[in-house]
This record gives sequence, C-alpha cells and structure tokens, in this order.
Amino acid sequence: MTNCGIKGLVNSIQSMGTLDGPGVRFVVFMQGCNLRCGCCHNPETWELSGKAEYTAKELAEKAEKFRTYFGKDGGVTLSGGEPLLQAEFAAEFFCECKRRGINTCLDTSGSILNETVLSLLEYTDRVLLDIKYTNDEQYRKFVGCEMAKPLEFLKALDEQSIPVTLRQVIIPTLNDNPQNIALLKEIINNHRCIDKTELLPFKKLCTVKYEKLGIDFGFKDIPEPTPQKMAELERMLSKDM
Amino acid sequence: MEHKNWNGFKQGKWQDEINVRDFIQANYKEYCGDDAFLAGPTERTNELMKKIQNLFALERQFGGVLDIDTATVSSLTSYSPGYIDKDNELIVGMQTNRPLKRGVNPFGGMRMVRQACDAYGYKLSTKVEEEFRFRTTHNDGVFRAYTDEMRQARKCHVITGLPDAYGRGRIIGDYRRVALYGIDRLIEEKKKDKKALTGGCFDTDHIRLDEELYQQITFLGYMKEMAAMYGFDISQPAANTREAIQWTYFAYLAAIKEQNGAAMSLGRVSTFFDIYIERDLANGTLTEEGAQELIDDFVMKLRIARHLRTPEYNELFGGDPMWITEAVGGMGEDGRTLVTKSSFRILNTLYTLGSSPEPNLTVLWSEALPEGFKKFCAKVSVDTDSIQYENDDVMRPVYGDDYAIACCVSAMKVGKQMQFFGARCNLAKLLLIAINGGYDTTSGMHIGPQMPVLDGDKLDFDAVMERFDIYLKWLAALYVNTMNIIHYMHDKYAYEKSQMALHDTSVERFMAFGIAGLSVVADSFSAIKFADVKPVKDDNGFICEFDTTGDFPKFGNDDDRVDLIAKELAHKMICELRKTPTYRNAIHTLSVLTITSNVMYGKNTGATPDGRKASAAFAPGANPMHNREENGALASLNSVAKISYDDCRDGISNTFSITPAALGRTDAERADNLVAILDGYFKKKAHHINVNVLNRETLMEAYENPEAYPNLTIRVSGYAVNFHKLSREQQREVISRTFHEAV
Repeated sequence: MTNCGIKGLVNSIQSMGTLDGPGVRFVVFMQGCNLRCGCCHNPETWELSGKAEYTAKELAEKAEKFRTYFGKDGGVTLSGGEPLLQAEFAAEFFCECKRRGINTCLDTSGSILNETVLSLLEYTDRVLLDIKYTNDEQYRKFVGCEMAKPLEFLKALDEQSIPVTLRQVIIPTLNDNPQNIALLKEIINNHRCIDKTELLPFKKLCTVKYEKLGIDFGFKDIPEPTPQKMAELERMLSKDM
Repeated sequence: MEHKNWNGFKQGKWQDEINVRDFIQANYKEYCGDDAFLAGPTERTNELMKKIQNLFALERQFGGVLDIDTATVSSLTSYSPGYIDKDNELIVGMQTNRPLKRGVNPFGGMRMVRQACDAYGYKLSTKVEEEFRFRTTHNDGVFRAYTDEMRQARKCHVITGLPDAYGRGRIIGDYRRVALYGIDRLIEEKKKDKKALTGGCFDTDHIRLDEELYQQITFLGYMKEMAAMYGFDISQPAANTREAIQWTYFAYLAAIKEQNGAAMSLGRVSTFFDIYIERDLANGTLTEEGAQELIDDFVMKLRIARHLRTPEYNELFGGDPMWITEAVGGMGEDGRTLVTKSSFRILNTLYTLGSSPEPNLTVLWSEALPEGFKKFCAKVSVDTDSIQYENDDVMRPVYGDDYAIACCVSAMKVGKQMQFFGARCNLAKLLLIAINGGYDTTSGMHIGPQMPVLDGDKLDFDAVMERFDIYLKWLAALYVNTMNIIHYMHDKYAYEKSQMALHDTSVERFMAFGIAGLSVVADSFSAIKFADVKPVKDDNGFICEFDTTGDFPKFGNDDDRVDLIAKELAHKMICELRKTPTYRNAIHTLSVLTITSNVMYGKNTGATPDGRKASAAFAPGANPMHNREENGALASLNSVAKISYDDCRDGISNTFSITPAALGRTDAERADNLVAILDGYFKKKAHHINVNVLNRETLMEAYENPEAYPNLTIRVSGYAVNFHKLSREQQREVISRTFHEAV
C-alpha cells in the first residue's frame, strides 16, 4: 500500500456486532456518506467530518483486542456511513487485518467504483451489499444515485469472486411487494457471487437521532413492516431458490 | 476392599481410601455428542411438578413464606418424614415434615430467628426460647468478643453482610461419599483418624480437632437415623442409580437441616451419578427416560429447599436463595472432558421442569469442552437465563479437576477444602472516609485513623491515593480480625458436623474476603486523574459532594487508563489482607461479588467523585457502572477480564445482559455467537459470567405485573432469582442495568 499514514474518520465502534456479517464482529462505523437514503438508520454518519481519527494500524490494533471472540466465523466489519468514501483508508485497514489473519467484511451501498475501491476489494473476504430498491426510478428518487451503480459493483464482485450477502431493507409501501421480490431474485440469479440474502425490516428507532440532529426524517410517516409481512416476503424469496 | 454394590465398577485406590475423584476418573464415560438423546419429562414428573407449582403459588400468596414450624429446632431427626406425594416420589426427604414449611435454626443466633418469625406473623415458641435460654449461640459468642471498632465498622456499613448472626455457609460436604461408601465405612475411617490423634501433643488445635471428629462421627450416625425414618438403610454403598441419588440427597438434606448458612452448595454430582446411570443402562434396569426422571425428581427436591430469613437479610441477598450450586462439565487433568450425558440431563431439567433459579447450575467452561455441549449450554442460556459460566481453564490449574463452586464463584476441592465466608467491605465508602480523614458522612461517625479533611479546591490524584492507602491498610487489618472472631465462634458454637464429616479430616481452609464498589472507586480515581473534581463541603467542613467537570475514561470500555486502576485496587486489597494472620491458618482470598447487596451498599454511601449520586446503587460484582459502556458488550467484558484471578481467588463476578436481537437473528446464530463470546471472554482469563438474554421491556412488564411472570428467572450476581422475589428497589436496579442492544 502507498499512503501508510492516512487517517480514517470513524463515527463509532461497536465491539460486539452480530448482525453485520457472519459470527461475532468488531464493527467500525465510518464517517461520511455520498447518499441520502430516506430510510437511513445512521444520519449521524452523513457528514465527512468530525469524530475520531485512527490510522489503519491503530484501528487494527484495537480490533486485535477482540480477536479471541471472533471464533471461526467472526472478524471485522467496516460499515458507516459509506466506507467506500474512505476507500484508501479502508484498504489500508483491511490489508492490516488480513496480515493479522482477521476476517474482513465490507458493508456498503456499492455506489462507488474506482481503482482504490478495486484495491480495497482485494483484501475483502465478504461484502454485505445493501440493495436499496430494484428499480432505477426509486433509486434516483429515494437514494440519490442510479441503480446501475450497485449493479456495476456486483459485476466487479463477480469478477473477483468475492462472496456477497445481498441485503435489503423492507420499507412498507415502497418495496414490500412481490414485484420487488421477483426482481431481487433476478439479481441474485444473475450474480454468482451472491450466496446469502437478508431481508431487514425498516426500523424507526432512529427517529430520536434525527430529532437530535435537527434533520427531517424523510420516512417518519412510513410504518415498520409487521413480522408476518417479513415472513411472507422471506418465504417468497426462498421459493425456488 | 470389595463390596457387592460396586460390581461392574473399575477397581482402583478409591476402594481402599475415601477418594471419590479416583472413582470418577476410573469409571466415567465422557460424552462428546449433542443433546439429541435427551428424554422429556414423564407423566409422573409433570404431575408432581404441577403439585410443586401449586405450592409455589400458595407460598407467593402467603407473602413468600408458606409456613414456619416455630416449636421444633431444625436438626437431622427432629421432624417426622415429609412428602409432596409419597407414592409418586422417586427421591424422598424434606427439611421439615411438610414441603415449603420452614424450620427454625437458632444455633447461629436467636435474634434472627425471632425477627424472622415476627416478620411473617409468627412468634417463636416459648419451648425453643427455653431450650436456648442457657445455650450460647454463634451470634452471642461473636458479640462477646467484638471490639468497639468492629461494631462501628459494621454499623456504618463499611464492612457488612458478615455471617455473625446465622450460619456461615459456603461449605460443601462431599455428599457423594455417602452414596459411594455408605455411612458405616465413613464412620470407620473417621474413627481411624480420631485414633491417630491419640499420640500427639494436646494443644488447642489438637483438642479442637479431636472433639470435632467426635461430633462428625455422631452426626454420621444421625444421617443413618434420618434415612431410616424414610425407610432407607444408608449404612452400605448405593446399589443402583436411584439409591446413589437418594443417598447423596440424604447427605445434602442432613446439611440443610443442620445448617442455615447463606450458601448451601451441592458440589459436583452429575458426572458422579452418570457412572451409576451408565451401569444401570448397560444392565437393562434403566432407560433414558427413567434416568431423566430420577434427575428430575432430585432437582425438584432441591427446588423446594428453603431457609427462614429476615427482611434485612433479603435486602443483602434478595430472592430467597439457597445457592444450591452444582458445577457441571469442565475438563479432566488427563485431557478428557468431564462432560457426560448427565451433564446434559441436569441442564435439561430447565426444560423438563421449566426454568428456575435453583439449583444454581454452573457450567465450568473450557475452550476444550466438546462443541455439542457448548452449543447446548448456549441454547439453554438463551432459552432460560438460568445458568452461569466459570472458567475451568483458570481454576483447574489451582484446584485440580474435582472442585466445585460454593455460593456463586468460590472454588474449592470437594471434600478437601472449605472456606470461612466473609461477605465484603465497601471500597467506595472507604474512599469517602479517607478523603474526610476518618469521618463517615452518611452515618455521622468518626471511624479509623483521624486526620484533617483533604484540603484544596481540586482533588489531586496522588494525594487521594496516598490517603486511600492509609485507610485501606487500616480496614484490611480490622476486617481480618473481625473475621477471625466470627469463625472462631462459629467453630465453637455452630460447627458444621454433617458437612465436615464429609470432608477429609485434614482440611485446607480459605478465608474469603470481598469488596463492593470496585467500578465506582476505579471511575472515581479516573475522574480525579483525568477530569476536574472539586470537593463540596457541608457546614461542618466535611466533603459531602463533588463537582466533576470534564470527561474521563470509565471502566467498561476496554481502556487501560482506568481498567488498570481497578486491577491494581484488587491487588492492593489482597496484599493488605495477607498482612494479618488468620484463624486456623486459613489462606486469604478475595472476591469481587456483591450478590444483590450492591443496592444496599449504594444506599449507605454518599456521592462519589465519578458523578454517582448519594444513595445510588453500585454496579453488581465487578460490573462496570450502569450505562457507562460506550463501545459495546465485548469492550465491557475485556475491562472485567483484566482483573486478575490470581488476586481474586474467591471469584470475580460479572453479570451480562443482552437483548436477543443483539445476539443474532436466528436461534442457531444466537447460540453460536454466545459460544464465541464465552470462548473469547474466557480466553482472556476472565473468571465468571452470568448470562441474561432478554429485553428490558420484559422486565418492565414483570415489574408492573409480577403475578403474570411467576417463573421469570434472571441471573443477578453469581446466582439466579425469580424476578418477582426481588424487592422493588432491587428490581429497579436490575432494570436500570446496561442491556447490550443491537445498534
């Protein structure tokens, strides 16, 4: 790697993550995001400024302290924010983790693809790709980028044979319908890198965060999906897969 | 030596000497599979359990105590036999003549018995009052010898919870001996030991031991009589599984009839029972269902064991616990696991009989435990919140592979070691007394070395630490001497005859000291060092509050700057304690464990420099203070893991609450992740963890509607309780604890 001293802007660290990647994971929430998704759970990570700064080595040393908990499946996860905004640092950090034999997982929207991102993928054991919607219109309207971006990203993952967990937040009235599930299946079938899919219910616990930050929570009037609905969509998704 | 009831067992030196470990090692069959073999409850079990549930409901309706026999002093043979349902019980024996009826045990002290009777609307009979009129109790003895300073320390709550008014407990008889050898052989061996004393010099120690042996032999005889009242002859070794369990239970029953110690732990019986079960399964006299049924019946008996306590006692040790601690699993010194199918069977009682705080099931965790067992334990934890985990990999090198746990976290070799229980001292209060130069603002008492109040507008770390060290030295010496008096008197007036009869005659003793408020003091020193702490004085010039500004590292975030302060405090404490010799040359040990007394300790302690308000509860045991963890669960575990087991050989208790959602999405994921967490924590040489997997909302609902949650079990500090049995204050404290949640 080239720039060893580069610092990463970190919003927060969760020493015990069990929901972002396999096993028990040290999850780093990076600061800064290029998107403004209506359903975003972490508005405090949007701005690319403030919070703690770490060098890749410092962060890896911190992760190392939790190594005994990782077992055979766990490791580190970079989440955010959008870790790809700090791809150079992320690559540095993952490189440092791989050198130590720690499993790496990248939680991303897949909306940025460049040389630096490609070099980051070389050190990535798994990608959690958050596919927000399954059509370009909703992507443009509720995410702020075209759908071609994550699809391009998936193609790159296919080429590099990096296993992918495809994730989607189910938002009532927007994507809690059979058409979306059918399109999701199509994406899965078209990309051999995807070996796991997770449907996550839209949650409104973050409303307080928005209030605190004085930001309008775009989806504040949308209800959370019922467990029955989630089960129904999951059944639909797993059928014939 | 041979015995027909030993047919089919592998021979060994266990036949020629009292050596249960050798018997286990020669005969047990390790099990490395999963839980698929387990059987459910039988119809009979369900019916009997229903009867017990009804009794529990009645007990709740009666305010927690169903009945008291105020006219009979509890002892091995003083009650006629009692049953739940005589014809349908496989294992028999009651503490009194009826289930859940509590006996009175005044040997530890009359005052507590009278108060306890009063508290539940009874009056101690004049018969018992008369019987004890000319008898010295343990409590009488202690207060004859206590110095003024000891009384003061007790009164201002800098040392509290001392076993000076009832039985000391925390002694585990090797109850298995009765099953393996039968009473006659045990008497014979004790007689040999007594005879061997005749040649020595008859000094105090020698005479005391000589008399103790006489008492032990007498009480072994009473055990036989007690069993005979139930129609059993336990003079010979048990011939089959049912007898092995029954004989062992009789021995335990004798202990809880004779003694009302706070913690009356069981030991390590499941793998021992497994040997009998395997023999009976092989010869076709038992089925899997039958084996589970016997274990279930035994566990039912343990679930209805009770002692009579006062409301003040319940404030310290909430939830009416007995600490019938059973150590399960662990590894052998030869590398084989001590996990057997019966390790699964005893945990399975949490399904066959429903979740429950007793017996206090304690898994001895090792990295090398079979995966199938690890996963089963994790599943049981997620489902029932009823088990705790202790690190076999740090204890085995110290205690070998046949140790058990007394109370919550106190390890001892079964039948070879015992301890003198010593509750705990309040380190946070000590800090305040030190800052005020020997004045306790809460009680208004002058205590300890007298010096000026620390001066200056801002507390200086070195100056406070220097002061603290002076007072720590003073308290440690006072504490040891207080304990010496207590245990001298307990041996003299309330010696554990049944339990010590089930120990080797030459026994190793620990004297177990404890500290409360460790995280409060560590955070306070951290605040003094890294933030600005301005003392606020009252009208008399004593420091009663602190104005703390600025941020400081807090215990529970894996930050060495404060974690090492906590570690050093524990180290200093044990070093100071060791400077004062103990009664009977007991080995000094230290625990960081509070039971539920963290609430009471907090209530009696003024505001502290870490920002904790006066009267606010401490965190339990070695836990970080509530809601000061900022980096998630594992960072919190890492902080606690830094406290050294070498300093705290009596245990370091950590209670961990996590929401199901934070542990994973599916049941299988949650079990796998919990296994990873336990492996990770114990690899850091941590000692103990209580695991609760539940939502705060559940507890809040149970707080509002206690009757809707009669069986809600949670782990508190080294033990488990029915949530509804805690005081309202204790319940609120449990709810306010950190729940590690999903982000």
